[in-house]
Amino acid sequence: MTIAWNLFAPWSALLGGLLIGLATALYLLGNGRVAGITGIVASPMRALLSRASMVPEQPRLAFIAGLLLAPWLWRLFAPLPAAAVDVGPLALAGAGLLVGLGTRMANGCTSGHGVCGLSRFSPRSLVNVLAFMGAGFATVYLLRHLG
Amino acid sequence: MLRLVIAGLSGLVFGLGLIASGMSNPAKVKGFLDLAGAWDPSLALVMGGAIAVGVLAFAAGKRRARAWSGERMEIPSIRVIDWRLILGGLLFGIGWGIAGFCPGPALVALGSGMDAALIFVPAMLAGMLLHDQFVARPR
Repeated sequence: MTIAWNLFAPWSALLGGLLIGLATALYLLGNGRVAGITGIVASPMRALLSRASMVPEQPRLAFIAGLLLAPWLWRLFAPLPAAAVDVGPLALAGAGLLVGLGTRMANGCTSGHGVCGLSRFSPRSLVNVLAFMGAGFATVYLLRHLG
Repeated sequence: MLRLVIAGLSGLVFGLGLIASGMSNPAKVKGFLDLAGAWDPSLALVMGGAIAVGVLAFAAGKRRARAWSGERMEIPSIRVIDWRLILGGLLFGIGWGIAGFCPGPALVALGSGMDAALIFVPAMLAGMLLHDQFVARPR
């Protein structure tokens, strides 16, 4: 292992992390809910498809609107930082399917199990985090170093 | 109304955090997952920063019966560790490693109009539906 010091950005990472934590705190103490993106996305989608009432879904839809608008607010003050993917459309679609399937199966992702679960010392969430981190490390290793 | 404002503001700040931290850049995420290459440890600090605030928030939240908006506090109480938790994590991790997107950053990227998110997000929603239709209804 070599550390990419040229890419290492500790202060922006820490600041971003604190903002994510702040948003999680606001959603929890303000609305009494866990800020897990998987549930926030899947719940209104399911309500829509089963023609259930959308009224209970309104806060989740507002949260999603906030996420979608964040880059617009950012752009009012500064250009967005560069973002790039290094795989083609087919791999992106396959990866999206796996992410949707896996996060729904485990009922959580980086936010719900990662940030919220670890913040409340949930052993269940720790197991999930170890599984997805391990699989993430292994997948990048296979693709970049054995491919 | 208050709960909608709080939720919208939470999503907005969450999204700004994802952008500031580098999480919304799949290339940076894969740089973090690439232990054997030139490893970029930044994202460990994102998690660390978020959890540092999160620990305080959940400690405070557990002592409350109701949130500021008047809603009942709903902190998950499930403790079961089963194959779905582990297999789900593994499948998610494989997809995360391929694309460098997890759900939150993918939505932020969609909001910014990034081409890759126009493919990834619909596929992710399809994956969630596939699970609900053919695997099981989540608890």
